[in-house]
Amino acid sequence: MSVIKVENLTKHFGNFIAVNNITFQVEKGEIFGFLGVNGAGKTTAMRMLCGLSQPTSGSGTVAGYDIASQSEDVKKHIGYMSQKFALYEDLKVWENMRLYAGIYGVPRSEIPAVIDRMLAALGFESEKNTLVKELPLGWKQKLAFSVSIIHRPEIVFLDEPTGGVDPAARRQFWEFIYKAADEGITVFVTTHYMDEAEYCHRVSIMVDGRIEALDTPARLKQQFSVASMDDVFTKLARKAEGGEQ
Amino acid sequence: MKTFFSFVKKEFLYIFRDIPTMIILLLFPILMIILFGFGINTEVRDTRVAVFDPSRDVATQELVNRLSASEYFVIDRYLSDISEAEKVLKKGNVGLVVVFSNNFNENMQRGSASVQLITDGSDPNTASSLANYATAIINQLAVDHAQLATNVGGNNSRLPIINCQFKLLYNPTMKGAYNTVPGVLGLVLMLICTMMTSISIAREKETGTMEVLLVSPVKPITIILSKTAPYFVLSLVNLATTLLLSIFVLKVPVAGSLTLLVGLAMLFIFLCLSLGVLISIVAPSQIVAMLVSAVVMMMPTILLAGLIFPVENMPLILQVIAQILPAKWFIEAVRNVMIKGVGISAISQEVLVLSGMAVMFLAMSVKKFNKRIE
Amino acid sequence: MQALSDVSFEVEKGEIFGLIGPDGAGKTTLFRILTTLILADSGTATLNGWDMVRDYRKIRDNVGYMPGRFSLYQNMTVEENLNFFATLFHTTIAENYDLVKDIYSRIEPFKKRMAGKLSGGMKQKLALSCALIHRPLVLFLDEPTTGIDPMSRKELWAMLRGLKSQGITIVVSTPYMDEAMLCDRIALIQKGKIMSIDTPQGIIGRFPQKVFAVKADNMSRLLSSLREYAGVRSCHTFGEFHHITIDNEQLTIDSLRDALVEAGHKNLEIKEIVPTIEDCFMELTSETRA
Repeated sequence: MSVIKVENLTKHFGNFIAVNNITFQVEKGEIFGFLGVNGAGKTTAMRMLCGLSQPTSGSGTVAGYDIASQSEDVKKHIGYMSQKFALYEDLKVWENMRLYAGIYGVPRSEIPAVIDRMLAALGFESEKNTLVKELPLGWKQKLAFSVSIIHRPEIVFLDEPTGGVDPAARRQFWEFIYKAADEGITVFVTTHYMDEAEYCHRVSIMVDGRIEALDTPARLKQQFSVASMDDVFTKLARKAEGGEQ
Repeated sequence: MKTFFSFVKKEFLYIFRDIPTMIILLLFPILMIILFGFGINTEVRDTRVAVFDPSRDVATQELVNRLSASEYFVIDRYLSDISEAEKVLKKGNVGLVVVFSNNFNENMQRGSASVQLITDGSDPNTASSLANYATAIINQLAVDHAQLATNVGGNNSRLPIINCQFKLLYNPTMKGAYNTVPGVLGLVLMLICTMMTSISIAREKETGTMEVLLVSPVKPITIILSKTAPYFVLSLVNLATTLLLSIFVLKVPVAGSLTLLVGLAMLFIFLCLSLGVLISIVAPSQIVAMLVSAVVMMMPTILLAGLIFPVENMPLILQVIAQILPAKWFIEAVRNVMIKGVGISAISQEVLVLSGMAVMFLAMSVKKFNKRIE
Repeated sequence: MQALSDVSFEVEKGEIFGLIGPDGAGKTTLFRILTTLILADSGTATLNGWDMVRDYRKIRDNVGYMPGRFSLYQNMTVEENLNFFATLFHTTIAENYDLVKDIYSRIEPFKKRMAGKLSGGMKQKLALSCALIHRPLVLFLDEPTTGIDPMSRKELWAMLRGLKSQGITIVVSTPYMDEAMLCDRIALIQKGKIMSIDTPQGIIGRFPQKVFAVKADNMSRLLSSLREYAGVRSCHTFGEFHHITIDNEQLTIDSLRDALVEAGHKNLEIKEIVPTIEDCFMELTSETRA
């Protein structure tokens, strides 16, 4: 079953074509890596998938809802986490959880149980009353991730979730991603760490607004006859030096 | 020197490329003048009048009729006792109380009749219009009677004269009316110099460019001077706009020396710039800089420096607070020069206080401006 | 809060010195001290013999600094930005053009564009040009590659190599462990403390254990299996492999292989590898934790 289905999706800004005719599908429970050079159109594409931006042409459905005409329904069925905006720094850990539980429509009576369950899953029981800004970055990101899936969305979008996170915490973060995927949540993730591309079930690489490659990491390496995802990426990015506009 | 100019050029680029902000800054004084100058100056038509007339003779009767015949006044009631005057004014039942002296007609013929006009001074613009209209009508009566007396061939040496007195309750010196232009001037300069300067320095802290500037040979004083230069120029433009508007549109002439007025404004601009720099040094971000400028400086200036309410009518504690507001001293000095037309000696106290404050802010800024970012 | 504690190191002229550590490790604080922006609570530092506190003016004249946020004036064009920074240091673009040529020439076609409208990679090139325009002795780059795609990161490192060959000393910080290999010497930093300083090879050489890369069809099941064995000291995911170290007293690599095959792992592959800097970093952090 496809959770994301995108056909000929295109977005223009004036004369500039940010996303150029992309077509792909993401299956339920899949961890889908969405890679590309800076400015290749990843953010624009992701904004369209989240119902935040109208496509110029083409169509797509996310969790069964049309991204152009049912954007409000799309938003109800997805989770979103970015490196920049995730949590309220001046609120305590449990206050953030309560806030997002409320925002995502968790019934009031269930909120305390939900918070306890999340704290336990994160191993954060002792940090319940800590202000978020006092947590190390790796912890914050784990917390932000749990919060973004508090309403059990069908799909969660993660925009560079591990940038700057220390190596051990980065790995723990990916274990969370795996756990979520095992529970049936589809994960759509961008990253600049090429080892993390290996953890994805399938990876797409965007160059100049187009998806230039899409397959499992193993098959991509085979296709480009290189040893690592890093080399796959470099080969594709070199091919289109005009990527920077 | 080249560094300085390159800096100033950068600041101008920034200001001119931010077109919406620039338009607001240039239109702000015009808007303020219109708001304070015209908005408060309400049309006075059909103002209800209370009359206290102990003599009830021909002359008073004629005067009351004339007042009533004009488009401005409607006779609302006669007072039986002078003590009621304040009560009816306070309640807002009437806008003007006319009090005739005893034996008005006789005294008028002898040249010593007097009439007192009592209005509510807390709305000085309206009060002064009312007084002006009423006085005109009363004087016309005196002139007509004088003419009559001459035609009949009476004694020229004793022309009928009506001695007209104003009494303003609540605001005896009627300062508010004169405050519009000086007040707006103070507010505009404060906004441009203090608020915009503090925001523009705080912005560089926020975007991180301040770090790079600090790790360069450029001296802090160059940064400060170049940050303030464009706003200095912008303030002069606004000073000119405000003065032109007040002279040609509001018809408030500059009674004193224009040079002195401009000099005074420059002193205040300098003070505001120093204050802006000081705020930006203390404030870590643009939003804090803006809040400090707006809440701590602008609001008290609008409310306490005599722009809307006369300082004299405030509770003592607020009067004391008003003393520490730079704008209060500036507005006072401008009023003296612009309206009363006094020379520098008469405003020496204000000039001294303003200079003192400017030096203090500058010294604090220089002392606080860190060579580092802590 | 103590952002840095008891940090000592030296950087040689003309080398690329890397500060490697995650966010919050104290890298930015260290950079700010070294660029004279903040004062240390205790301890001393000199740059080219100049004292950080007393001779801060000399230091400011001779360093280039690129803070983490690529400080540029967004409302000014590429050319105006570069011109401004040149004047700031009493020089001109023409005077030092040869130094920035390699970097600046790539953004020169867009010199009339506002800096705020540039892509991440181009902003980075402009910021680097601005930091270099006065031919500094030492260039401080605070996380120049954070949030930048792998391709642009490679380009940046190539540019740094070029600058090194022109005799400029470079101190650079990064959270990306793989970039450590591109430095001449590195300091691994975590929670305000420097855990190790050496050449990347030196640090790897001192790794106390043998590291094995393990791979099988089902990687996530393999991970849980590996963690069950008491003899597996550490086990981390590393792209398509898991990296493990083992306690030789409890387990040999052959017995581990047999056990894993028995547990049903298909297409099992185990090989000894040279540890990466990331292995070293995690080893060092787990030591400090223990």
